[in-house]
Amino acid sequence: MMHFEYHVEGGNFTKAGAASSQLKKILKQLNVDPKIIKRIVVALYEAEVNIVAHAFEGDIFIDIDTEKIGIKLVDQGPGIADIELAMQKGYSTASPSVREMGFGAGMGLPNIKNNSDELKITSQVNIGTTVELVTYLNQ
Amino acid sequence: METGNFHHALKIREDLCIGCSHCMNVCPTEAIRVRNGKSVLFGDRCVDCGECFRVCPVSAIIIDHDDFNHIFDYKYRVALVPAVFTGQFPEDISLRQIHSVMLELGFTHIYEVENGVEILSKAINDYTEKHSENKPLISSFCPAIIRLIQVKFPSLVDNIIRLKPPLDISAHFLKKELLTMGIPAEEIGIFYVTPCAAKIAAIKDPVGESTSPIAGVINMDFLFNKVYRKVKQQNGQSCAIPVSGKLSGKATCWSLTNGEASQISGRCLAIDEIHNVIEFLEKIENEEITDIDFLELRACDESCAGGVLTTSNRFLSVERLRNHADSYHESDEPTHPDAFRKITSESEYLTSKISIEPIKPRSILKLDENMAEAMKKMEKVNRIMQLLPMVDCGICGAPSCQSLAQDIAQGEGGIQQCIFIQKILEQKGEMSLDDSVEVMQSIWGFGKTNKYRDIKGI
Repeated sequence: MMHFEYHVEGGNFTKAGAASSQLKKILKQLNVDPKIIKRIVVALYEAEVNIVAHAFEGDIFIDIDTEKIGIKLVDQGPGIADIELAMQKGYSTASPSVREMGFGAGMGLPNIKNNSDELKITSQVNIGTTVELVTYLNQ
Repeated sequence: METGNFHHALKIREDLCIGCSHCMNVCPTEAIRVRNGKSVLFGDRCVDCGECFRVCPVSAIIIDHDDFNHIFDYKYRVALVPAVFTGQFPEDISLRQIHSVMLELGFTHIYEVENGVEILSKAINDYTEKHSENKPLISSFCPAIIRLIQVKFPSLVDNIIRLKPPLDISAHFLKKELLTMGIPAEEIGIFYVTPCAAKIAAIKDPVGESTSPIAGVINMDFLFNKVYRKVKQQNGQSCAIPVSGKLSGKATCWSLTNGEASQISGRCLAIDEIHNVIEFLEKIENEEITDIDFLELRACDESCAGGVLTTSNRFLSVERLRNHADSYHESDEPTHPDAFRKITSESEYLTSKISIEPIKPRSILKLDENMAEAMKKMEKVNRIMQLLPMVDCGICGAPSCQSLAQDIAQGEGGIQQCIFIQKILEQKGEMSLDDSVEVMQSIWGFGKTNKYRDIKGI
């Protein structure tokens, strides 16, 4: 069992993707199937960008064992009022300036769902959002 | 996954190597270590990019090629030359002069590699239309890039376009033409004039193909010197009439940066220089960049004009080739009676031979095949990293603290190799001075630790 933690700064798109790049490097070293790595990294990248685009700050906790990878993202931010609506393709609350940078197409949460085996989102408006995702390695 | 060693055209000559570690510090895949005062190459990590060759101050890194006289083993000796070869010569030396000197040197035929582009560019466009599931599709042109993807970006191997580069297409065409003329196969020797090490490795050990129709490889710097000297001595007299037609503008520029990307439909990007390519592939792998249809990736700055075996300044070579391309008019093409036919006359045959097998990943990053073992090793690496100074000084004989930590975890190094650790161990009385000198000698050899007598005279 291995544990890793990363801090994410809200609004800093220059560093968005740092945690997913790090995790990718780790999973390559652990000889995880490249196709599984790709799914995990894509899901984490989306979730990481969500924090950067919407929240003030957040932390990522990653647990790796030989069966599965569990990722938990906890942010302090506006929260999501209607999670079901946010899960719909194309729905986005991103500001025009975020969209200009090529983010905020409303594909974030659906993409995370498609690229993980288990997804759990809990949120409190004006407090923050917690996203938990699990990917199994031996399926 | 495939492991094991691959053919490398780059060799380190132990007798010349002074163990200066310049090569170790520039290797983009951290494939070099210093042991006993000499550079040592890890064959499974090397992608034949040639960065080490560029920086070696004593020319101890050599690029293995075939002896020139090997061409005389064949009755029909074909020089297969890339356009960048012509780009090596000053503007006042004509293609006709260059070719006539090459014929005097012993070749019986000269053919430009990029003729194959006339077949390939159409094939790539057909391919990109049919294989939209693996976007972005990555060009198979640069063999160092193919190897880089195999070892460092294994998840992207299926994105590589499974089509042969112009070199192989032209070689198949030449062989067919000569056979059609009634020449027996054993009398045909096709020799490729290479601007880089990676192309040699690709010919001697093809990725995704079992054999190559090319008999041998001649280094471009060697042939350039031979030809240029003779051109100078002849004082500009040219004799022979060129037997092959001029390359089209598109073909002339194919091996330059944006040569491919400008000819493929859809959203295409061209990226040159291996570190730039690595940076970009990281983003592609994370799907941070999407919606690109085609990627032209080249290991050298300015692509083949910057090949490690080129002599001329790469920017001048590019300028010359672009001038040649601009001055191309189809009507200018000579029709010499002995000229090879147009390559497009064999379109069907060449298109049938154009595919390559799937390219297999061979990751160098994994710490162990078994994930549980790999996790143990990674924990060890992390513990070692806590102890190392993180200055990447290279005194341990590895290019970075991270790479030393990995070497130790793999049982290929010891923590006493670190000069900082040595100092601490000495201070604590846990390592004798003699032992620490011995460790340094095991890395850097005796020469560098035996210079005390010289200090007195300073």
